Amino acid sequence: MSAKEMALNTPMLNELESGDWPSFVTDLKAYSKKRPVVAQLLNQLEESYQTKWNYWQGKIINAPGYGGGIIARGSDKSDKYPGLANFHTVRVIEPPGWVYSTDALRDLADIAEKNGAGILQFHGMSGDVLLLGFDDAGSLQCAEDLMNNGWDIGGSGAAMRTLQCCVGQARCEMACYDTMKMTKHLTDTFIHYLHRPEFVYKFKFKLSGCPNDCANSIVRSDMPIIGTWRGAMQVDQKKVAEFIDQKGMEYLIDNVLTRCPTRCLSVRGKELVVDNSDCVRCMHCINVMHKALKPGKDRGATILVGGKRTLKIGDTMGAVLIPFIKLETDEDRDNFTDFVEKVWEFWNDNGMDHERIGEFIYRIGMLTFLKGVEIEPDPRMINRPRTTSYIKFEELGPSRFDGERQQNPPVWNRESEGRETM
Amino acid sequence: MSQTTLAPRDQGAPDYTKYLHPLMAKNYGKWDYHERLRPGVLVHVGESGDKLYTVRAGSPRTMSADTVRKVCAIADKYCEGFLRFTSRSNIEFLVGKKENLDPLIQAVEKELGWPLGGTGPSVSNISHTQGWLHCNLPGSDAAGSVKALMDDLIEDFKNEQLPNRVHISSSCCQINCASHGDISIIVQHHHAPRINHKNMQICELPKVVAICPAAAIRPATINGMETVEVVEEKCMYCGACHGQCPSMEIRDAQTDTLSIWVGGKMSNARSAPTFMKLAVWGIPNNPPRWPEVSAAVKTILKAYKEGGKPWERLGEWIERIGWQRFFEKTGFPFTRYHIDDSPEALSTLNRSAMLRL
Ligand code: HEM
Ligand code: HEM
Ligand code: SF4
Ligand code: SF4
Ligand code: SF4
Ligand code: SF4
Repeated sequence: MSAKEMALNTPMLNELESGDWPSFVTDLKAYSKKRPVVAQLLNQLEESYQTKWNYWQGKIINAPGYGGGIIARGSDKSDKYPGLANFHTVRVIEPPGWVYSTDALRDLADIAEKNGAGILQFHGMSGDVLLLGFDDAGSLQCAEDLMNNGWDIGGSGAAMRTLQCCVGQARCEMACYDTMKMTKHLTDTFIHYLHRPEFVYKFKFKLSGCPNDCANSIVRSDMPIIGTWRGAMQVDQKKVAEFIDQKGMEYLIDNVLTRCPTRCLSVRGKELVVDNSDCVRCMHCINVMHKALKPGKDRGATILVGGKRTLKIGDTMGAVLIPFIKLETDEDRDNFTDFVEKVWEFWNDNGMDHERIGEFIYRIGMLTFLKGVEIEPDPRMINRPRTTSYIKFEELGPSRFDGERQQNPPVWNRESEGRETM
Repeated sequence: MSQTTLAPRDQGAPDYTKYLHPLMAKNYGKWDYHERLRPGVLVHVGESGDKLYTVRAGSPRTMSADTVRKVCAIADKYCEGFLRFTSRSNIEFLVGKKENLDPLIQAVEKELGWPLGGTGPSVSNISHTQGWLHCNLPGSDAAGSVKALMDDLIEDFKNEQLPNRVHISSSCCQINCASHGDISIIVQHHHAPRINHKNMQICELPKVVAICPAAAIRPATINGMETVEVVEEKCMYCGACHGQCPSMEIRDAQTDTLSIWVGGKMSNARSAPTFMKLAVWGIPNNPPRWPEVSAAVKTILKAYKEGGKPWERLGEWIERIGWQRFFEKTGFPFTRYHIDDSPEALSTLNRSAMLRL
C-alpha cells in the first residue's frame, strides 16, 4: 500500500456518527489511523456526499485461471487519492449458512488487512464475504492467501454465481432438507462453472429449507430450491391442547384456522384436524404453533426456475419446475446435478447473449422449455390453464405424404434472435 | 509485494462442519422447537433437550479488520468461538451456556455498541449494497443511508411490536441489488443516458444494444466514429445500459430522486410471494441523513402498526384494506404514475366491478 497519510476531512460523514445504530464511519475513522488509505476512502466518500456524485469506475482484473471473483474498481480522483487508483473487492465464497468459527473470521481479517485496506463486509447481496481495497498485486496475493488457507474466490459475470442458503438443519426445526450440505455439493460439483464464465448470462441458486424461504430464493435466484414435504404434517395433539389453554380458542380461530390459505384446518374440542390433501405447505400454521406442528416426515424440495429482478422483462418469480424431489442421499443429489446440467445445456445452446433463464422462458414459453428439458407437464406448475385459443397442437396438424405429422418449427430457434425485422 | 503462484485450485465452498457450534453439530437436523426469550434472544431446543441460545444484533455489515477481531474476542469468551450472520447482515452469537447470556449481551451492547433485536415482529436490519463506498453505478449511498434510517427505526428493531416482521431493502440504482422488501427504497433517474461518444470505443457495441429492455439503443456513426444513439421516446431511464457501459451515463446529481415501494414478500406463509409496489416517488436524495426517506418509512410503519392484524405482512395488510385505503391512511398522493404501463401492466388493472365506494 502506497498510501500517504492524509488528514480526515469528513464533516458530512461525521453526522453519521450520532444515533444508536452502529456507525461504519466511526469504525473506519478509527481504523484509518492503522491503515492510512482508509482516510482517503472516507475523504472520497465525503466528496460523494457533498456532490452527490460517484467516483468509482469499473475495471477488469482476473486471477490467473479464474474468470471472475475480483470486482475491480479505480477512482476517478486518483490524483487526489492515489491509494484509490486501484481499490478492488475480492469475493470469497462464504461458508454455507454463514456459520463461522472465530479462527475462520480472524483468518479473513488478517488476509484482508495484510493485502489491502482491511475492510470486510458480512455479506454481499451475492452471499459472498467481501474484502475491500486491494491494488492489482494485493488482489492476487489476497486470492493466493485465501486459497492457501482453504478458502476460494466467488463468482461474477456470466457464470454460476456463489450460492446462498438458510441455516437449515443446523439450527432450524422447519428445515426439510440439508441446505448446507446441498449448497456445498452444488458449489463443489459445479465449481468450474463458478470460476469460468461461459454461460450466456449469470445463473444463481439459492436454497431455503422450507417455504418460509429465508434465503429469499424465489425472486433472487434462477433456480430456487425450497424445502417441503409430502403427505401429512406432524401434529402433537397434546401440545395443540396446551396452545389452546395458553392462547385461547379465539386466538386459534383468528390467527391459525382462518388464516390458512386453503381452509384445511378445523378444530374438534381441543383437537386440530388437518385436511392434508388440501394443505399447500405454506408454513403459516406451523410458524404460529411451532411446538405442536411440524412438517411431515416424507421430506424433500420443490425446484423452481426463473426468478430474477426487473431487468429486462420485469420482475419474475421462480415458477414450479419439479413439484417434489428427494434430496437426502448422495444419489438424490447427483440426480439433481445431472438435471441441472441438462437445463444449462438447453438454455446455453438456445439462449441469447445476456438472457437470464427466466427471460429465455418468457421468450420461448414454458411448454417449449419443459419439452427442451424433458419434464412432463404437471397441473401444479400453473395457477390456471391457458385462456388464449391460439395453439399449435402437434398431434392434430395435417399429415405429410409419408404419414408423419408435421413438425412445428421450434420457437427457440436461434434464427428468431434479435429485434431487427428487415 | 510477494510473487504470486496462483493456479486455479477450484476448492469450492468452505467445510462448514468445522464452523458449526458444537450444539449445532450435535443436534443437526434434530431440532424440536424454538422460543423468543426477549427481542434479540432465541433459544433452540433439540430433541435431545439441548438448548442453544442465539443473541441476534444489528451489524453495520461493513467492518474494519479490528472490529472483526473485537467480535471474535467476544465470541471466544462467551460463545465457544462460534457465530453466524443472517441474510440481512444481522450477527448471531451462539451460546451453549445459559450463564454466558447476560455477560454476552452486556459485551455486545456496551463493547461493540450493537443493538439487540431483529427477531419476531420487528424491523430487521436493512439489506443493502455498496453505494458510493465502492460501486461504479450508484446514484446514492448505501451504508450511510442505512445507518441514518436505522437510527430512526431502532425502536422497531429492538422491540417486537409490529403485526409481523418487516424487511427493508435499500438500493442505490435500479439494478436493485438489495431486491424486494416489505419496504424498498430505490434510486430513480429522470432522463435518458448521456453518451460519451469519445469514450465509446472500449467494448463491443452489441452488448450495450442488447441489454436495453426498451430496444432504445442503436448503432450510429457520429463524427465518423462508431458509437450508439438512444431513441429518447423509447428509453425508460432504467440505467441498464449504464451497468453495461460506463460511457452511457444515466445518473444526474441534480435530478435523481428516490422512490419507496411496499409489499414485497418472499415467504409463502398464508399467501403466495409478492413483488413490491410503488408507494411514493420524488423523494429527494438528501445526504447525509435522508430525513425525507425516514419520514415516509415511519408513516408507512405507523399505519401498518395501527391497522395490520397479527401475522399479516405489510403487503397482506394493504391487499386486505385495499390500495385506496393505503393511500388514505398514509396520506401519500395516488398519482397517475401508480398505474403500471410496463408489459405486465394489464394484469395490474382492476378488471371487476368490486370496488370500495
Ligand atoms: C428503405 C426501405 C425501408 C426502410 C428504411 C424500412 C424501415 C422499417 C422500420 C424502421 C421498421 C420498424 C422496425 C421495428 O421498429 O421493429 C419496419 C418494419 C417493417 N417493414 Fe420496413 N422498411 C423499408 C422497406 C420495407 C419494404 C419494401 C417492406 C415490404 C415489402 C417492408 C415491410 C415492413 C414490415 C412488414 C414491417 C413490420 C415488421 C414487424 O412489425 O415485425 N419494409 N421497416
Ligand atoms: C410501398 C409499399 C409498402 C409500404 C409503404 C408498406 C408499409 C407498411 C407499413 C408502414 C406497415 C406497418 C409496419 C409496422 O406496423 O411496424 C406495413 C405492414 C404490413 N405490410 Fe406493408 N407496405 C408496403 C408494401 C407491402 C407489400 C407489397 C406487402 C405484401 C406483399 C405488405 C405486407 C404487409 C403486411 C402483411 C403488414 C403487416 C405486418 C404486421 O402486422 O406484422 N406490404 N406495411
Ligand atoms: S427457510 Fe425454513 S428451514 Fe430455512 S431457516 Fe427459514 S424457516 Fe428455517
Ligand atoms: S401449512 Fe399453510 S396451507 Fe398447510 S395447513 Fe398450515 S396454514 Fe394451511
Ligand atoms: S444497487 Fe446498483 S449502485 Fe447499488 S451496489 Fe448494486 S449495482 Fe451498485
Ligand atoms: S436507460 Fe434503459 S431504456 Fe434507456 S437506453 Fe439505457 S437501457 Fe435503454
